[in-house]
Amino acid sequence: MTNLSGMTAAAIAVNRFGLGARADEAAPARPKAWLLRQFDAYQATPAALASQPGSVALATDLGARRQQIRQSPAIDKPAARKALNQAMRGAYRAAVAARVENALNTPAPFVERLVYFWSNHLAVSADNPVVAGLAGSFETEAIRPHVLGRFEDMLLAVERHPAMQIFLNQTNSIGPDSMAARRAQALHPGRRFGLNENLGREIMELHTLGVRSGYTQADVTEFSRALTGWSIVRPQEAERTGRAPGTFVFRAPLHEPGARHVMGRTYDQAGEAQPLAILRDFAASPATARHLAEELARHFVADTPPPALVSRLTDTFLRSRGDLPAVYRTLVEAPEAWSPNPKKFKTPWEWTISSWRGLGFAHLGEMHAAPLLRQLGQPVWQPGSPAGYDDIAASWAAPDALVRRVEFARRLAARVGDRRDPRALGKTLLLGSLSASTATAVAHADTAATGLSLLLVSPDFLRR
Amino acid sequence: MAAMVTRRKFISLTAAGAGAILVSPQLVFANVQTEHRFVFVIQRGAADGLSTVVPYGDPAYAGLRAELAIDAASAIKLDGLFALHPSLVETGRMYAAGQALFVHAVASPYRQRSHFDGQNVLESGGTAPYQLKDGWLNRLVTLLPKSRERAIALAPTVPLALRGRVEVASYAPSALPSAPDDLLMRVSQLYEHDAQLHPLWASAMQTQALAGDMRGRQDPAGLGKLAAKFLARPDGPRIAMIETGGWDTHDAQNPRLAARLKALDTMLAALRDQLGPVWGNTTVLVATEFGRTAAANGTSGTDHGTGAVAMLVGGAVKGGRVLGDWPGLGAGALYQNRDLKPTTALDALIAAAAAQSLRLDTGRVAHTLFPAADMRGAPRDLMRT
Repeated sequence: MTNLSGMTAAAIAVNRFGLGARADEAAPARPKAWLLRQFDAYQATPAALASQPGSVALATDLGARRQQIRQSPAIDKPAARKALNQAMRGAYRAAVAARVENALNTPAPFVERLVYFWSNHLAVSADNPVVAGLAGSFETEAIRPHVLGRFEDMLLAVERHPAMQIFLNQTNSIGPDSMAARRAQALHPGRRFGLNENLGREIMELHTLGVRSGYTQADVTEFSRALTGWSIVRPQEAERTGRAPGTFVFRAPLHEPGARHVMGRTYDQAGEAQPLAILRDFAASPATARHLAEELARHFVADTPPPALVSRLTDTFLRSRGDLPAVYRTLVEAPEAWSPNPKKFKTPWEWTISSWRGLGFAHLGEMHAAPLLRQLGQPVWQPGSPAGYDDIAASWAAPDALVRRVEFARRLAARVGDRRDPRALGKTLLLGSLSASTATAVAHADTAATGLSLLLVSPDFLRR
Repeated sequence: MAAMVTRRKFISLTAAGAGAILVSPQLVFANVQTEHRFVFVIQRGAADGLSTVVPYGDPAYAGLRAELAIDAASAIKLDGLFALHPSLVETGRMYAAGQALFVHAVASPYRQRSHFDGQNVLESGGTAPYQLKDGWLNRLVTLLPKSRERAIALAPTVPLALRGRVEVASYAPSALPSAPDDLLMRVSQLYEHDAQLHPLWASAMQTQALAGDMRGRQDPAGLGKLAAKFLARPDGPRIAMIETGGWDTHDAQNPRLAARLKALDTMLAALRDQLGPVWGNTTVLVATEFGRTAAANGTSGTDHGTGAVAMLVGGAVKGGRVLGDWPGLGAGALYQNRDLKPTTALDALIAAAAAQSLRLDTGRVAHTLFPAADMRGAPRDLMRT
């Protein structure tokens, strides 16, 4: 943009790769080393998240509440169901608050950004109370432990997590010729028992190979047949089976018998080994490598990713057999990623987190993160579709969205008032790349709060 | 920027009222000089046409749908073959009043089953995903005489159908406390030389001025009402887009679809009621990216399919008819042995509806909006003359 001076390497490390500078933070002297050191500093379960309930606890609680509703004749059922939904929404809001608190205090902002990237690439959407309740545990249990590991491991954890199983309707998908289907058909001749293609299709289209990579409807159906039997332990069967509610289970009687033919390969494994073999092939496919490379380059470098960078990232992914840190290193080494021209327009999440960090918030106190992010147009873990949120400016740089940011910036700045000098803060947050026009506008503001508001909505701060 | 100083506090909304982007409806408007109004309602997620306009007279319907089949006794009979989903009460009244028509077995040129590619084709107007970069509704605006304020549009973000050469603004009710005019003025100065932010901010300020004291809620009735308030203004927009979501019913389809259709019905009725006499000049087109499988799946839902339903409602519409060439659901009649076979091109239908409702030349509209559309089978008499 015409009005911006170029970003310094320190500004790129902190703003483009990281989550934005903190008011009290010194600029990194060696930006690349600062980023790579974070691989060691990252914690899969940091303090802010450790207190949140996991999926087993949430599923157990949900099961107990449902059982109570079913079995207590005296209970006011609509009120109890409402309370149950409120409990799930409460778990969601608490998990969002914990995610924000961790983002404000993390020693590894680059790796945290990668967590958000993968969580969005492999998205669940908290559109119903159960998925909403489980969304935080999904990120903590399926994404965070694998963000510095292998893609295949993350993929297997994600697809078997109860949030994904429920979100993409896998738990009741039945092989049309499975033992369970034949038995059920005999008992209920009018009803239909069979496949649900939702998880199978979205794994191929969104999570791995990518759309237009050459698979057909027949491949989707075959893969969905292979996935039959995948489900989660229901709370009412926990005691009988000794398995924890919500955990992954393979139900052999639901599995479609026989060999599957997917994308020119034959999979004749028995039971659970079959979908795992297909998934491993998907995870290692060149189409997947390219799809992931494009998304990563789009996230860190430009809405239209540079083809040469995409090729190098693809190569690293294939050569390292999906070792994610190797791919991240290629990204950090890429000259394209250090272009002084800020090409990315911050999403509401990125902008809000960098604003809170920039003003020195370590805790939000009585501010509620979940409804605020909803007002700004990006409710956490709720993209509304399995494609996740878009990662291009056209989706976020819109007239009404800008007005919302100005409204929020003013509200935030009013809490800080004159405890921060916006002129000095501008230099700290933009790390040597504050434009002259923003510096002037901030300096000419009538109050410190107005100056802070302008800094947060300045062209410099809206981009990374 | 002159409009900015007239901006007023205009909206209050509970935080709970604002849903997810793809779940809650949004509004987009464009302001052009015509007395006719054209509204595009997109159903994101592939709405099930076979449960919306139910082919109860087709002998294969009940068997394919099993427990998902809509009971004809509770549905609103349209003719000897079709009935309307029981949730669409107000839409049924519009049909009876000759203000609604349905076109069955429609599809865009897209034949795969990805929502995201399907929506891209529907909104861009190309024949393949990402072939065209802008949207057909934006290109439609270029065919109309410009208003004093050029084109404007309203919604939190601008959907692809309205992205393009004509600048559009966006509008949605906000729960955040509004910022004072002084700050807005300073932001205007800050963005003055920014090629990306300046036009966005300028249109935002114009829209806020137009919104004035309007209040809005993000429930279906509130959205219909809000859209109508903008569309009814003599100096207001003439073209609108409303996004709806939640149509991807892979499981528990019947209760979920009933709720979505009820919301759509409520929104359309609010639009009709609030537009008053302007309704007579209004055409609303409702369309989705593709249909769903003809048979129910194994989890009381349906998977991604092909042929779907489009609706045209409004006082300008020559309604009371179900159009389209019904391909049937019998063995051998389905597309790829699984989906309702498309027999009407959705792009040609949209071009015909837009041209006829805005009194434009159909060939020119088709060429501009859907360069590859084959207009030979497009219906000619969609509007009252």
